[in-house]
Amino acid sequence: MNKLIVSPSPHVHSGDSVKKNMLNVIYALIPAYLVSLFYFGLGALIVSLTAIVACVLFEYLIQRFLLKQKPTIGDCSAILTGLLLGFNLPSNLPVWMVVIGALVAIGIGKMSFGGLGQNPFNPALVGRVFLLISFPAAMTTWPRPITWNMQYLDAETAATPLSLIKEKGAEAMPRLLDMFIGNMGGSLGEVSAIALLIGGLYLIYTRTITWHIPVSILATVFVFTGIIWLVDPEMSMNPLMHLLTGGLMLGSIFMATDYVTSPMTPLGQIIYGIGIGIITVVIRVWGSYPEGMSFAILIMNAVTPLLNTYIRPKRFGENKTK
Amino acid sequence: MNLIVVSLITLGVIGCLAAVILFFVAQKFKVYEDPRIDEVAAVLPGANCGGCGFPGCRGFAEGCVKAETMDGLLCPVGGAPTMEKVASILGRTVTATDPMVAVVRCNGTCANRPRNNRYDGAPSCQIVANLYGGETGCSFGCLGYGDCVAACQFGAIKINPDTLLPEVDDEKCTACGACVKACPKNVIELRKKGPKSRRIFVSCVNKDKGAMARKACTAACIGCGKCAKECPFGAITVENNLAYIDFTKCRLCRKCVAVCPTGAIHELNFPPRAPQAPKPEAPKTEPVKAEAPKPEMAQAEVKTEVNTTPEKTNNQQA
Amino acid sequence: MKTFRIGGVHPEENKLSARRKIQVVPLPKQAIIPLSQHLGAPAVPVVEKGAEVKVGQLIAQAGGFVSANVHSPVSGKVAKIDTAIDAWGMKMPAIFIDVEGDEWLPEIDRSEKLLTSCTYTPEEIVKKIADAGIVGLGGACFPTQVKLTPPPGKVAEVLIVNAVECEPYLTCDHQLMLEHAEEIVIGVTILMKALKIQRAIIGIESNKPDAIELMQKTVSRQMGIEVQPLKLKYPQGGEKQLIDACIGRQVPSGALPIEVGAVVQNVATVYAVYQAVQKNRPLIDRVITVTGKSVNKPGNFLVRFGTPLNDVIAMAGGIPENTGKIIAGGPMMGRAMSNTDMPANKRISGVLIMQESESTRPEPQNCIRCAKCVSVCPMGLEPYLLARLAGKSMWDEMEKHNVMDCIECGCCLFTCPSNRPLLDYIRMGKNKVGGIIRARNMKK
Repeated sequence: MNKLIVSPSPHVHSGDSVKKNMLNVIYALIPAYLVSLFYFGLGALIVSLTAIVACVLFEYLIQRFLLKQKPTIGDCSAILTGLLLGFNLPSNLPVWMVVIGALVAIGIGKMSFGGLGQNPFNPALVGRVFLLISFPAAMTTWPRPITWNMQYLDAETAATPLSLIKEKGAEAMPRLLDMFIGNMGGSLGEVSAIALLIGGLYLIYTRTITWHIPVSILATVFVFTGIIWLVDPEMSMNPLMHLLTGGLMLGSIFMATDYVTSPMTPLGQIIYGIGIGIITVVIRVWGSYPEGMSFAILIMNAVTPLLNTYIRPKRFGENKTK
Repeated sequence: MNLIVVSLITLGVIGCLAAVILFFVAQKFKVYEDPRIDEVAAVLPGANCGGCGFPGCRGFAEGCVKAETMDGLLCPVGGAPTMEKVASILGRTVTATDPMVAVVRCNGTCANRPRNNRYDGAPSCQIVANLYGGETGCSFGCLGYGDCVAACQFGAIKINPDTLLPEVDDEKCTACGACVKACPKNVIELRKKGPKSRRIFVSCVNKDKGAMARKACTAACIGCGKCAKECPFGAITVENNLAYIDFTKCRLCRKCVAVCPTGAIHELNFPPRAPQAPKPEAPKTEPVKAEAPKPEMAQAEVKTEVNTTPEKTNNQQA
Repeated sequence: MKTFRIGGVHPEENKLSARRKIQVVPLPKQAIIPLSQHLGAPAVPVVEKGAEVKVGQLIAQAGGFVSANVHSPVSGKVAKIDTAIDAWGMKMPAIFIDVEGDEWLPEIDRSEKLLTSCTYTPEEIVKKIADAGIVGLGGACFPTQVKLTPPPGKVAEVLIVNAVECEPYLTCDHQLMLEHAEEIVIGVTILMKALKIQRAIIGIESNKPDAIELMQKTVSRQMGIEVQPLKLKYPQGGEKQLIDACIGRQVPSGALPIEVGAVVQNVATVYAVYQAVQKNRPLIDRVITVTGKSVNKPGNFLVRFGTPLNDVIAMAGGIPENTGKIIAGGPMMGRAMSNTDMPANKRISGVLIMQESESTRPEPQNCIRCAKCVSVCPMGLEPYLLARLAGKSMWDEMEKHNVMDCIECGCCLFTCPSNRPLLDYIRMGKNKVGGIIRARNMKK
């Protein structure tokens, strides 16, 4: 017989792995991806694939040649970062801009802090916000959604509902149902609320994420914009529209719930969600950008270490009687 | 143009104001500190190893300044030269101490001490020690997971991949004692470095009865006591089936090395013994020449009667 | 269905040996009886080398208040009193007895007859239990009589019988209930009498429906005993978790269950209490599960203490070829052994043989801060943080973050997607912090 193996307990494992979690998120993004392929066609395909390939490649190159580590691209986290970055870009963005976004996302957003698990900010959002600040025009002209659109760079453009309302007022808005299924202008992955919700339910069902962050963000945005709308309907649109537009669904279900940059305790996660909701609405209603989700998430990412330090989970036995 | 001028003036004024405020605040909150603390800290190595027992080098400097005398104060890293500098800054004198070095007292190499199971957990001696007796039949010896390596600030300890035992680099070791504290099995000890780094020590910490210890490791001390009987200086004691050489009494005669049946007593950095000497007493080739400065050494050489007069030199072996 | 409120995981059950009849393991040639089979001070031998002993005879006496008597599980001659090596390479003092025949002390009632009425006073019951050397057979081996003596000022209200058996693989308690339900119920009434209380709850997880049904049928005539089916969740058998699950009270940090009026006893302990009080039979054997995916005949075995585990494993078909790891206890909290020469004793509730392929841990990766360890910790701790603090030797911080509440259930390591050795570090830190706290209390 071989030498026996001795190790400390426990001796069994759930079989969960980083890769499984990352793949679950990728699976959950598939419905939204299909919708965006349907409406944005070739452009969506090119932009998303470029982002994925660039992210994986940059991670590999940086680990191999700069950090001299064992490459960890096998854990699929770079694929996910690339996919999420792609989802946050308009589908008519030139390829070279996508590549720059991927470089910033992986190089500055992730690897410069030491790789997966060490980064304080969501890498995909770092890449996206970098592009938004560097190339504001390209980043805010979205192609018009057309069924099986085969055009790429010269696609006809359309504004998102949020920029419409900033510029032209509420009457220019698309129908609620169109917004729900995704028939509107926008970044390629953010348009279809229904597809994103299906993905979110899958994530919660597989226990990849918990309900705390998405629900607290959506509820905060709904309540906050609802109050503003009731006080002065001129200032803001219908709270339902707020929920369905911009990157809110994508951000609250897929971006804000990023493991690495969100708080560890349930209460911390709820505070984090409420913070994101409030900042998003403030930027949307009073700020100069039409869209506030990315900034809100990045700001709350910065607050996460503080929440982790000061918010403790409820210890066993703290409530003596029931 | 106007805009630039206004901006420049505004910013300049703000800058000056801030400087003035900072100046007064700094004055108000200034803490008086003995200037000698800075001077002492400047001559310390600055490794903040904690080997002196104070929190970092600055803590040690404060301790030195506050203390009345230099007794009990020693920077193990800088050693005597540093302490002399410190003493001269403070206008005191130091008593010389022998340089020390960390010594790994285990020779349970892969060959001597076969592994009878395989550990598969977090690689830390501390954790292994909490869990069980280790991968070998010897529950006293080195576990080989390198807590000492991690504790060493000076890169002086490395695990030898062939023996899976840590090895101390005499040159780099500062005897700060961090590895001694880190080792959960108390395998590592600080011992006198000895002249020319010559040391004799029992390279085993196994307290099992002879048969059991021997079964687990062919190089184990079996507590037979031959060395204690042989030692002319009473430097060796056997307790709990384990011999220990008191490095303050040992004169490096090497007789114990020769009588040890398991080779558990190690000698370091000695010249080779004469080949013809099968008996323990043998070394006619005055191994101890180098130690001439010590009086006992000199005697030994003169007598050349190696059997009865040990070549002394009080090294410890590590 | 009730369960505890914080954390918990669902490991695969793998109850391979469920509903296998308890088999008796033959006596060994030489029995090695460790003197420390319980929590607390080791017992002190009261026999000499060469003495003739009978089954059930006292061979070592409790060495303190928290300690337990040890009785001879075999008859024969004391060969020597020496140290033996346990399964972890450590020395343990033990009495070696060369077995001759199987001669029992005459006062032990070995008949199968059920003795229902108990006429002893509570004090007499506690004394009989202490004399019989009974300890908690759930794994911690805390001497039972200590638990039955509440400290002054504390009053017991309810007895909770731990029949949860939440560890995967193990089935010894389950089988014991199926075969000895009536004795167990009498044991419960005896313990209720000893504690002077009117209420007892038997907590059983829902994966043992036959045991729940049988126990419910058996207690239906008894006053004050209820059988509480519990939702399947590990670590429900943890003392604090079980109290929370059964009566909805949480024992405060650092306190004993008696603080909330509960006394918890394992079901095997209750059976031993019946044997001791009604039959004068000290604790000399127990049921051990031998199991594993590659084991030929997994089963439940009645083993006299002192029998080498090798003999017990042989009854289940021996150690298979592809064995990588052999564990004393269950897969979540059991200890991997480096050899199987160790004798069976009060501490070992099962032997789990794991195939080589399931024996090694995957390579740990970076922590991705997924917070799964926080959400499964049944004590509401932050394992990721504690492990990191332990790695940095920050013992004070660890104490502030309640490391001493950790029950070492292993949920954090079980669930970690990065396979980080969280519990290894936390356990090490807990030992350190425990030492620091003890040293501080000594000073006071």
